Amino acid sequence: MANSQPQTPPSLYAAREPIFPKKVYGKFRTLKWAILTITLGIYYVTPWIRWDRGPNLPDQAVLVDLANRRFYFFWVEIWPHEFYFVAGLLVMAGLGLFLFTSALGRVWCGYACPQTVWTDLFILVERWIEGDRNARLRLHRQKKWDFRKARLRVTKWITWLVIAALTGGAWVFYFTDAPRLFVDLFTLNAHPIAYTTVAVLTATTFLFGGFAREQICIYACPWPRIQAAMLDEDTLTVAYREWRGEPRGKTNARRVKAHEAEAAVAASSAAGPGAATYAPTPYPGVPLNDPSAAAKDGPGDCIDCMACVNVCPMGIDIRDGQQMECITCALCIDACDDIMDKIGKPRGLIDYMALTDEQNERSGNQPKPILKHILRPRTILYTALWSLVGVGLVFALFVRGDIEMTVAPVRNPTFVTMADGTIRNTYEVRLLNKHGDDRPFTLTVTGDPALTLTLEGASDTTITVPANSTYNQRVYIEAPGGTSPASSQMTDLRIWVEDTLNGDRASKGTNFHGRGY
Amino acid sequence: MAKIPKKLDEDPNTTGHEWDGIEEFDNPMPRWWLWTFYATIVWAVGYSIAYPAWPGIKAATPGLLGWSTRGNVAEDIARVNAANDGINAKLAAAELTSIPTDPELAGYAASAGSAVFKTWCAQCHGSGAAGAKGYPNLLDNDWLWGGSIEEIHTTISHGIRNEEDADARYSEMPAFGEILERQEIKQVVNYVMSLSGTPKDATLVAAGKGVFLDNCAACHMEDATGDRDQGAPNLKDAIWLYGGDYDTLTNTVTYSRYGVMPAWSDRLSEAQVRAVSAYVHQLGGGE
Repeated sequence: MANSQPQTPPSLYAAREPIFPKKVYGKFRTLKWAILTITLGIYYVTPWIRWDRGPNLPDQAVLVDLANRRFYFFWVEIWPHEFYFVAGLLVMAGLGLFLFTSALGRVWCGYACPQTVWTDLFILVERWIEGDRNARLRLHRQKKWDFRKARLRVTKWITWLVIAALTGGAWVFYFTDAPRLFVDLFTLNAHPIAYTTVAVLTATTFLFGGFAREQICIYACPWPRIQAAMLDEDTLTVAYREWRGEPRGKTNARRVKAHEAEAAVAASSAAGPGAATYAPTPYPGVPLNDPSAAAKDGPGDCIDCMACVNVCPMGIDIRDGQQMECITCALCIDACDDIMDKIGKPRGLIDYMALTDEQNERSGNQPKPILKHILRPRTILYTALWSLVGVGLVFALFVRGDIEMTVAPVRNPTFVTMADGTIRNTYEVRLLNKHGDDRPFTLTVTGDPALTLTLEGASDTTITVPANSTYNQRVYIEAPGGTSPASSQMTDLRIWVEDTLNGDRASKGTNFHGRGY
Repeated sequence: MAKIPKKLDEDPNTTGHEWDGIEEFDNPMPRWWLWTFYATIVWAVGYSIAYPAWPGIKAATPGLLGWSTRGNVAEDIARVNAANDGINAKLAAAELTSIPTDPELAGYAASAGSAVFKTWCAQCHGSGAAGAKGYPNLLDNDWLWGGSIEEIHTTISHGIRNEEDADARYSEMPAFGEILERQEIKQVVNYVMSLSGTPKDATLVAAGKGVFLDNCAACHMEDATGDRDQGAPNLKDAIWLYGGDYDTLTNTVTYSRYGVMPAWSDRLSEAQVRAVSAYVHQLGGGE
């Protein structure tokens, strides 16, 4: 071992490094504000939209009615047995994530994830109350809790708590009639589950948005790890044009110093394993210690102003290359573009680019146009699959009936002999009336002329199924002794249900067990 | 997190461990995570004091809250029973014949009765109520003692040929082996089989009719349609409790049958008896 001298073992645990993101202006920041406004707007407003469905049904446009096992979404009503719609939407969400991640990296994390959106909102509040980065840093470093610090901190925490409570409060409105629950919540008449949900969501929002922030993305969330596996060399991610920026620094003197250090490490690296403390992991295919960069005249475009680091909500330096903390929120692009404008250099020192672009540009070639990065067989395949599931779901939505029926033949026993020798089979029929009013349903049987259908507890074959509900009915089908269905082993038949108000029909095939002799 | 330094003079931030030139990055865990771990330990200690936890020789420590899965189930059952008190009282007080037409009572009785049936009745009558040899099929429309809900209720309450209950239904068919000649038994069996449409030797049938009218018609009636007051089966229909073939019928006539059913009114509550009566009544053959 080369390094056998005794060392103090490093600590296994580290405290969180506080991050004070600086205010930034630019096209991506504007886009993020827009997305924040739209997504939060949808979240808060949706439960209050009314949608008239008739007298027996709730008038809330989006309602997850767990107690009655119904999901209402504007004109769509999902019953529990139609859960495949939810499964299909989840498949679409998964494929959509594949698509966006393979094309644009962790774009979900950077723009749309609730953790990002609420953290953005909390940082905005923090900035309003405590000031921008420098003021917050000063406040953080001020050990003494004077009146001003206490006032700022308490105001901030209370504002966060209010936002958190509104967040948790809005969530419960999706699960029951919003206006009534709103009144109940304040008159202490709401269900304990509503209060518990509000309390838990308030606590998690307050904690995650105010204090945990990037720790959730780095340590708690599984998506980044999964998404990392979906990036490839054509995926557009936020990256630093190292060939253009290096050697960074404010003066030529610093550049020279950087070159000397680089040369020294390169020399010791050549001396053998262990001699160098560290050699950087390069981009695939890019040679180490690129001579073209070293040979370049003059300093790089990066003036090492740290603007990109100061605005980063994850507290990283994008110039270190692609790293697991980066949520590709692109705020560093805005920050750097601003600086480039000020020093009269072209924008895009930090930019959306793919790994192949870095190589191409470094070797003096043109990078691929953005459209070519996005339109790849992989993304086209994801889009096709996504559309396929979507079209399938829309199709299923339109072909599903307003009445439905399931038939479960009773097989204990398979048949009953009646006193006059008639053979009877019994079926448990479940009728679904999705209309908002009671409907008379008439049941019939086809398959053999000898078969007749009767209902338990009813004198005819028509029953009234209440609005928006299922109805279980035992159905008897009989064949007189000596007829073909009575004496054969099994006869195919079909049970029909007809809504006598509008003539809608549904049917299910099943079979009839005879004596077999 | 360890940074990958681009500037080569930067501290690479390793742990100092090295194996054959391979070094280990220093990636310390966040300290709040460590505190979360300690919090789970504290929680576990509290939990193991409050809830059953530590195994002993005979049982685990009971925990300060006195919680147990068994007690939990007992509580659930008590809660369900308490919730059903109202409807059970209503069921016990209702007019028997009104139960099938009252949707609330009928629905409750069908499910509660199904549970009672599967617990107490399925041993003989089968879980699907299809019966077995000697145990009537309750799905068909043939009844020995009557298929109205009142008759079913009486049968279930007091039983059949149950000597412990004075109100039990009672009848006894004589063993005709001690009364009739073998030839006469042969004749009457041929006659009975011919009643339900089986072609038989005409002379035997004609002789059997005489034997039947002399010996059997008192209970089974002259037209052999049976008598529900005595539990005498209808001999003309397609249903045979013990079997309708020649050997079985000869056996029945010679040695007789004596099927018994226990009374349930002393084991089940009135509401349960009524529930199971309503359940049997709505199985398909109720009158």
